[in-house]
Amino acid sequence: MKKELPYWDEMEQGFVTRTLTEMINKTGTWRTFKPVIDHSRCTKCRWCIIYCPEPCIHMEASNSDEKVIIDYDFCKGCGICAEECPVKVIDMVEE
Amino acid sequence: MKTVEPILLSGNLAEAYAIKQLDVDVVAAYPITPQTTIIEKISEYVADGELDANFMLVESEHSAISSCLSAASAGARVFTSTSSQGLLLMHEILFITSALRLPVVMAVANRSVSAPINIWCDHGDIMPQRDVGWIQLFAESAQEAYDKLIQAYRIAEDPEVRLPVMVNTDGIILSHTYEPVFLLEDSEVASFVPWKLYPLRLDPENPLTMGAFGYPEYYFETRYQSAKALEDSINTISEVDEKFGEISGRKYGTVSPFRCEDADVILISMGSISETIRATVRKLREKGEKVGMISLKLFRPFPFKEMISLVQDVKAVGVVDRAFSPGAAVGPVFNDITSALYLSKMSVPCVNFFAGLGGRDVRMAEVEDMFEKLKEVANTGVVKEHRYYVGLRG
Amino acid sequence: MPFKSIKSLEERPDFFSPGHGLCPGCGAAQIARIVTKVAGKDTIIVTPTGCLEVSTTTYPATSWKVPYLHVAFENAAAAASGIKVAYDALIRKKKISKDANLVVLGGDGGTADIGLQSLSGALERGERITYICYDNEAYMNTGIQRSGATPYGAWTTTSPAGQKTLKKDLMGMAMAHRVKYAATASIAYVRDAANKVEKAISLGGPSFIHWIQPCTVGWRYDPKLTVKISKLAVKTGLWPLYEYYEGVTKLTVEVPKRLPVSEYLKLQGRFRQIMNKPEELAKIQSYADGLAGKFGLGPVAQ
Ligand SMILES: Cc1ncc(C[n+]2csc(CCOP(=O)(O)OP(=O)(O)O)c2C)c(N)n1
Ligand code: SF4
Ligand code: SF4
Ligand SMILES: [Mg+2]
Repeated sequence: MKKELPYWDEMEQGFVTRTLTEMINKTGTWRTFKPVIDHSRCTKCRWCIIYCPEPCIHMEASNSDEKVIIDYDFCKGCGICAEECPVKVIDMVEE
Repeated sequence: MKTVEPILLSGNLAEAYAIKQLDVDVVAAYPITPQTTIIEKISEYVADGELDANFMLVESEHSAISSCLSAASAGARVFTSTSSQGLLLMHEILFITSALRLPVVMAVANRSVSAPINIWCDHGDIMPQRDVGWIQLFAESAQEAYDKLIQAYRIAEDPEVRLPVMVNTDGIILSHTYEPVFLLEDSEVASFVPWKLYPLRLDPENPLTMGAFGYPEYYFETRYQSAKALEDSINTISEVDEKFGEISGRKYGTVSPFRCEDADVILISMGSISETIRATVRKLREKGEKVGMISLKLFRPFPFKEMISLVQDVKAVGVVDRAFSPGAAVGPVFNDITSALYLSKMSVPCVNFFAGLGGRDVRMAEVEDMFEKLKEVANTGVVKEHRYYVGLRG
Repeated sequence: MPFKSIKSLEERPDFFSPGHGLCPGCGAAQIARIVTKVAGKDTIIVTPTGCLEVSTTTYPATSWKVPYLHVAFENAAAAASGIKVAYDALIRKKKISKDANLVVLGGDGGTADIGLQSLSGALERGERITYICYDNEAYMNTGIQRSGATPYGAWTTTSPAGQKTLKKDLMGMAMAHRVKYAATASIAYVRDAANKVEKAISLGGPSFIHWIQPCTVGWRYDPKLTVKISKLAVKTGLWPLYEYYEGVTKLTVEVPKRLPVSEYLKLQGRFRQIMNKPEELAKIQSYADGLAGKFGLGPVAQ
């Protein structure tokens, strides 16, 4: 049988932990609306990145360009990015 | 071996001296009688540059223990001390200190708890701390308080242990009474308890989270882990005592028996009362009575095996409790002793004596009377009364 | 170095990991994220018990990429002080070489109520810590009970008829301790907030930041509005943005024309029961007018 949870003597002393939530909690499953960016109109102002509470929006730079990327593994669909985007290029789309 | 002459010190001053020799980094404490003179003395040491430590003058014992816990989590060697109400105020954080496995060391000058407010000795403050997961040592003299405090750091910081340690001394009786104390050289203390950076620490180079939230699927295991560490620590505690004996010529054991070899009846006690009982045993032995006594030096982890081996062939056991456990059938120490007997399938008749509450003197005549009662039980095999309140009026 | 642009803030690395369990749109998450970004790698975070703590440290995972300690509900200031004092001692004694910033992120309950004594002790002793109170104006972790920071008129589960007293003046208390630096903050003015965090930390402390934190569940609003509401708190004069340094209090965000408080209140379900009670609204408006007078905000726009 596969052992899922650690035995008492396998846990680090003092209940200390070093595992990051991003490695195991994919909170994207919470979402009912999904933010979708229209990249052609995005001004790359970064307000959405700054206000995302997770945070799960970041700027991805390639050699020629940069692009705002949403990590849907974590996006809870709060809608703050869409609300705060100054040029209104993020749509909240029902999943 | 020792070249130093004994110095006249109170229990508190002896403990403060130990702290000065122990390369402690952070002290956080709050005044309360009868502990206060420890921290006053340490303040002097710090002010005079004799101890290179940061002394945090916090606004309560709750913050004192919180700051000690967190300073330990940063890797520092820490010290605090308290009594009575102060210890009760720390209660919540004591559990957390042991669960986070931080080697905080604390001196407790045991004192009664309010109400009524009373500044004298009993064990009412320590008994509510039985289950906080700390190692709890008891001293019987200023010398022992000094020695135990030095031992405490070596035990707490041992990689096999990593638990907080309390050194208990009876308030006023030990904390304020001067007696000759043999001191170790600073260098001896330093090599007995070398300073090391505690490995489980908050360090930006190696980030970790301490004090996480535990769902039921983890809580049980982690509490078991620290409880198990406490139980197992008895080996290290004995080893450290042994090693301390090698450098000082003094060792104490987890239980300290006196004239138990052929004793019919034995009285078990903790703290300064043991001295009176020992003196009484000496006197009764001179009259040819087969009495003995055991002074309990370690309360947590409870030295079950050591205790049991001493009462194998005894006809009656008396246990002195210096605190009530209201609503329970018996006192706290009695509870542990009888559990030990039960678990080793021994049915020695036991009697519980409540004595010395709120600083009430326990005289030799009263101890003799306790032995009388035990002898009667030994002779008849019947326990007529399982609780006595020594010296209670009415 | 003040943050001149959003980009300069965005480019700082993150030390707050996604995958935490805070509600969608949670303002506390925004604060934790910005604070750790500004504070940087050599920082130790301490939080008292509360929403932020339980939702970011659910074993076996943690959202903190910097060292983090939680001890209990009422002692975050004492815990942070202990670490700082230990660092000082260890550095002085040459046992370690590198220092760390100590930052507390405490809820309003853990700060204004049960933790006030420990905070007062730390501020009075002059501990070199930065204490940031994320104020969601109730005990959210235990299910929205009122705290000493709950504003007048607000519904909570223990003030079902609306809170009957004004919120505690935490900033006033911090300043009364003659702290090195104190400031208010709102996520809607994120550069202002980030600059204040940086200043608070670089001045060494004790410093105190009081940061309003809309809570979607407790304040009963659509999660997308967290920033809007944070902005309206400022625009209505209910949350003046100012700082206190070397004995001088200075407004950092001017509000030449205030909005009426109803603009802020009407978005939040917790004020629903007073929205049709002019005398209650007038009380809150007069509270805002008082703050406006004290901090030099403009008049309510007609
Ligand atoms: C001594 C103690 N009393 C009560 C609690 C229960 N408790 C835990 S968190 C909390 C409320 C926290 O409120 P706040 O500080 O405002 O933080 P929030 O959850 O709102 O972020 C309470 C009452 C506790 N953990 N410890
Ligand atoms: S919807 Fe909310 S969680 Fe998702 S990316 Fe936008 S701000 Fe982040
Ligand atoms: S807020 Fe809008 S415009 Fe600005 S970076 Fe995000 S998506 Fe692009
Ligand atoms: Mg709150």
